[in-house]
Amino acid sequence: MKLVPLAPALILIGIFLAGPIVWSFYGSFTNAALTGVNAKNPEWIGLDNYTALFSDPLFPQSLLLTVVFVLVSAVIGQNFLGLGLALLMRRAHRVVAAVVGVCVVAAWVLPEIVAAFVAYAFFFRDGTLNQLTGLAGLPAVDWLFEHPMLAVILANIWRGTAFSMMVYQAALNDVPKEVTEAAEIDGAGRGQTLLFVTVPMIRRSIATNLMLITLQTLAVFTLIYVMTAGGPTNRSTTLPIMAYEEAFRYSDIGYGTAIAVVMLIIGAAFSLAYIRLLRERKAS
Amino acid sequence: MTASTGTTTLSGTTAARASGRRRGAPSWLASAVLALIGLCFVVPLSWLVLASLDAEATYETQVPSSFSLANFTEILTPEQTFGPLLNSVILSGGSAVITVIAAVLAAYPLSRFNTRFNRPFLYTVLFGTCLPITAIMVPVYSLFVQLNLLDSLAATTFFMAATSLPMAIWMTKNFMDSVPVSLEEAAWVDGASAMKALWHVVVPLMRPGIGVVFIFVFIQAWGNFFVPFILLFSLENQPAAVSIFRFFGQFGTVAYGQLAAFSILYALPVIVLYVLVSRVFGGSFAMSGALKG
Repeated sequence: MKLVPLAPALILIGIFLAGPIVWSFYGSFTNAALTGVNAKNPEWIGLDNYTALFSDPLFPQSLLLTVVFVLVSAVIGQNFLGLGLALLMRRAHRVVAAVVGVCVVAAWVLPEIVAAFVAYAFFFRDGTLNQLTGLAGLPAVDWLFEHPMLAVILANIWRGTAFSMMVYQAALNDVPKEVTEAAEIDGAGRGQTLLFVTVPMIRRSIATNLMLITLQTLAVFTLIYVMTAGGPTNRSTTLPIMAYEEAFRYSDIGYGTAIAVVMLIIGAAFSLAYIRLLRERKAS
Repeated sequence: MTASTGTTTLSGTTAARASGRRRGAPSWLASAVLALIGLCFVVPLSWLVLASLDAEATYETQVPSSFSLANFTEILTPEQTFGPLLNSVILSGGSAVITVIAAVLAAYPLSRFNTRFNRPFLYTVLFGTCLPITAIMVPVYSLFVQLNLLDSLAATTFFMAATSLPMAIWMTKNFMDSVPVSLEEAAWVDGASAMKALWHVVVPLMRPGIGVVFIFVFIQAWGNFFVPFILLFSLENQPAAVSIFRFFGQFGTVAYGQLAAFSILYALPVIVLYVLVSRVFGGSFAMSGALKG
């Protein structure tokens, strides 16, 4: 009786989250299609989708591009830039720090589709970036066509760094001043203090941040879809784009679902690691 | 999860503010480097603002030969703007209301009664919070086909509520934990049922927390593109996030100025809400909103 108030939440989660997750495991073993006979009555085809997936040259490529995208734009880009910004803000003039904070957060607050259009306009052939490099006398580069991965990675750094910055601002504020001061009195340089005192003290925030931005970046669809649509010739097709294309453009829902299952498993692995981390934190 | 980081940063920021976070004089070098990075972040946005005020805008960033509000006045029609924005309000407001009600109800037993069921449930909820929603959109589409729910604004609203529920339950439970049980016990002694105590004692005391959860779900739903893009396709059901594609004409012509103007109108409500939350609760708090998509 006590647990009755849980019912509405359980029903909603059951139908719309747990349902599709369970279904996706089933659906990936069928030849479900977007239209036609197989849309209404999909047939069981066993592991065919998976054998097709693992022999599809696009799959390892998408997986690799997804790893590159997550690693370079989130783990390296957002993470280090965010930490750098948070550290600089403690040393910079208060007004500068506040204004720059607003600029960084602005890109993050915008709805994702708007941010994607802004990034598109920035990297476009006649766009802002080429105007700027043109001012410096450099030749124009068709970023979205010649370097699609670089463009979407930079765009994702621009869009997402605010999150890491805020995590690290909060973490650094919790480091007691006395500790870092003591290290500096003992003759440690600023770099040494950062590396051997501050970083170990905020290591939990670092781990949490890395896990969360990895999960977020793994799921990025809109930014890449608007900027390059995965192209040219699949050179920026990450797993979410591939799943979308296969399911909705090539009408192969079963195949798209198999890709979704792979993404779910990767996401689940990271989620479990993250929860373990939180439990350890609670225990200590 | 992000909720818990959210609350810790809340206390962190206020504590730091009280103690004064600066040590020593500000460094000019740090200010200069910071300003340079800030400039890199703001430059891409200049196109959006300038193009919206330029009747002859392109993808180039240029100061308009004459500033005009023509782009704004042209798109302020029921078909172009008001309809899609109304759909966005229905979608985001509806899912925020559903989420908050379901989350408050669910958080109550989790916060107040110690059952063996609590911990595994909360960790499952946490697990659900982390899963990439992008990954389940293909199976969700299939589900909507089977249930004949495609292109239904109501069904999409419920789906979006479900996706934000795990996070909302987690946040609401944390907020509810900070409301002392002794106040309810008094109500119980007076013969009130658990539901009455929840409604008349607990909910009024955690109004700010409920406000945060509501705004948080609203912002997330408002900015979501992928879900309505997959589940809604008739023009009259599309929210602003999807209808924005109408500015790309059929013959390769793009109404750049109108696209920019519409983007600004569409982004404005979430910017206002974000400023509101960070003013009231401190900047870092809103970072709990980051788990998007």
